[in-house]
Amino acid sequence: MAFNFSLTKLLPIAAVAAAGGAAYYKLGSNAEARLPPTRKLPFPPSADFPDLSKHHNIMKNHLTPGVYAQLRDRVTPNGITLDQCIQTGVDNPGHPFIKIVGLVAGDEESYETFKELFFPVIKERHNGYDPETMVHPIDLDSSKLTGGKLDEKYVLSSRVRTGRAIRGIPHPPMCSRAERREVERVVTDALQGLPKDLEGKYYSLKTMTDKEQDQLIDDHFLFDKPVSPLLTSAGMARDWPDGRGIFHNDKKNFLVWINEEDHSRIISMEKGGNMKSVFDRFCRGINEVEKLIHEKGWEFQKSDNLGYILTCPSNIGNGLRCGVHVKLPKLSQEPRFNEILEKLRLQKRGTGGVDTAAVGGTFDISNLDRLGKSEVQLVQEVVDGVSLMVDMEKKLEKRQSIQHLIPK
Amino acid sequence: MPNTNTARYTASEEFPDLSKHNNHMSRCLTEEIYKKMRAVQTPNGYTIDSAIQTGVDNPGHPFIMTVGCVAGDEESYEVFADLFDPVIEARHNGYKKTDMHKTDIDPAHLKGGTNMDPKYVLSSRVRTGRSIRGLCLPPHCSRAERRKIEQISCEALAKLDGDLKGKYYPLKGMSEEHQDQLINDHFLFDKPVSPLLLASNMARDWPDARGIWHNDKKNFLVWVNEEDHLRVISMEKGGNINEVFKRWCTGLQLVEKYMKESGYEYMWNPHLGYVLTCPSNLGTGVRAGVHLQIPLMSKCPQFDEVLGKLRLQKRGTGGVDTASEGGTFDISNADRIGFSEVELVQMVIDGVEFLIECEKKLEKGESLESDIKGLKQK
Repeated sequence: MAFNFSLTKLLPIAAVAAAGGAAYYKLGSNAEARLPPTRKLPFPPSADFPDLSKHHNIMKNHLTPGVYAQLRDRVTPNGITLDQCIQTGVDNPGHPFIKIVGLVAGDEESYETFKELFFPVIKERHNGYDPETMVHPIDLDSSKLTGGKLDEKYVLSSRVRTGRAIRGIPHPPMCSRAERREVERVVTDALQGLPKDLEGKYYSLKTMTDKEQDQLIDDHFLFDKPVSPLLTSAGMARDWPDGRGIFHNDKKNFLVWINEEDHSRIISMEKGGNMKSVFDRFCRGINEVEKLIHEKGWEFQKSDNLGYILTCPSNIGNGLRCGVHVKLPKLSQEPRFNEILEKLRLQKRGTGGVDTAAVGGTFDISNLDRLGKSEVQLVQEVVDGVSLMVDMEKKLEKRQSIQHLIPK
Repeated sequence: MPNTNTARYTASEEFPDLSKHNNHMSRCLTEEIYKKMRAVQTPNGYTIDSAIQTGVDNPGHPFIMTVGCVAGDEESYEVFADLFDPVIEARHNGYKKTDMHKTDIDPAHLKGGTNMDPKYVLSSRVRTGRSIRGLCLPPHCSRAERRKIEQISCEALAKLDGDLKGKYYPLKGMSEEHQDQLINDHFLFDKPVSPLLLASNMARDWPDARGIWHNDKKNFLVWVNEEDHLRVISMEKGGNINEVFKRWCTGLQLVEKYMKESGYEYMWNPHLGYVLTCPSNLGTGVRAGVHLQIPLMSKCPQFDEVLGKLRLQKRGTGGVDTASEGGTFDISNADRIGFSEVELVQMVIDGVEFLIECEKKLEKGESLESDIKGLKQK
């Protein structure tokens, strides 16, 4: 049996098992044809509805039997289904105190195809941002940043990171090996064209030497095969380490991860408190890369209402985490520390990154928000917020009150 | 797991890098075969990429030559025969695609094994797997299908009576107390942690529709929806493997009878025998074995050679991938297909009796040279 399919078909073809013998579907001679999911679905959606009774994640809050029934049989143009997107949330019940999303986008189109679930999840995760009606602001003009040189006595390092996905290729949970390799090719080609101070080398995880590996570990640049069940049950570790790698410039302050949790993660960092310099380099690097991929006919995944589109709904918009390692031993002991952070729209993490503890009063402080604010806005908030907290720390050192400094 | 967008890239661009791999799949999968298999799917939408994912993600195992591919449904073995046939041949000692498998679960055909010396034989056990025709296997089944498998199995098991009468305990909602009890009984199976299983997607939706059924006498046990639809286990302390086998045969056949009454049957065909998730379990799916105390024999330099001739394998007392403790080994049949169930259990009985004789001789300080020399390859 040969099938020809229109590229615009979004709904699945109901499977019909071939009568007798070895039943299979043959790809027609039309090279554009795709193999649709051919699963027989004799069961109603209610029979497939996951048991989320013990679960605590944002997906669970919005996946009702009604929504599931609507979405179960829909398929994106890449053949991705809702079940694939929610698998990580079904397999990881979560914790009442830690809010995780529990959902990934298999491809760019997942957000719209399954919007009955993705949009309310986004709304909850991003403080009420409504993708149906709102437009996300993008601003990578670092010249707009005011100040940005933080007190190095307290601020040990500064860092800005984001992610970017290549349009037309599914995300790490669902991409095939060839697609992953294509992402690697597209991004590394672009990185080769970067200007002088951003020039560097790409280290493929598959071919790097032991010596190179050790060096990258010492530099704190190396990422490893995911072990978190949140990532592995979403399928992101498949075919490791094929298609994965790390680029960094010779100056070691501009770094790109390829095919880890997103197609690419772009990081600008340096020791000390010169966030302005970090952000300048970040914007220049990203804008250059975008220009270079355009020249080859590629673009980043982006939309007016969702901003830059990435694997996890928590990262869409700008995917920006701008942060510092800052010494606040006294302020962090203040009972109102968490409240202050909240008011400044900042979050704290340990110096090992997400899910680690702080060491010796040194914290990783970064922006809380992603969607709904531009890059410039967020970096400004971090710069202003950290400046204020350093002032508070200085006051506490002198045993002075910080009451009047606490934002309303 | 991967998306179905195969049109934009050639098979060559998609072909996995297997240069550092050593498993049956990596040895058998050529680009030519991959290209052919990539153009098709099973009627349930299972692809060659899904089948080989576990072998791609797990380059090799330090102690065992792993298979490296799994079936998502019964049709996988047919649709992807170009890969599965050579893998089966390599894994099962040259079992060809034209060979026929024989099934024999008549315990009357078994000789001996009724009273193996309890000084050496601590416990006896027979297990196999069964799949329910018409429903996808654990790597590919949906939640609804998995729940259906649970329902069909429970309905059939509920009809068992007499010594086999028992109860089903779903993993979901099991109390801590009961969990501890089942662990003490060596009955409980847990969410897979082996990367070999995780990479083939068998742990999805855990613990939904998984559970353990056992009889009140605690010597007949069924696992539902772990690595296969059903794993059927008969066991008891001591060396009466004959009785263990009898109970196992009775239980298996009764369950099949009750399933047929409801319109279901096991996956089976004359070439592959019983169809299970892992190609290593095709045929009988039988692992019949004992925990054997042979501290002296196991240290004998020809121990592995002897096992090879007897067509037996050794494992630690924790099961696959564990080490033995205090000279106690798990000794079981090495084959699965090409021999009937009776033949395999017979080999275990005969082999274990031989090993006990060897152990006794070593205890008396006697030489095993002539025994080992005279031992013919089974």
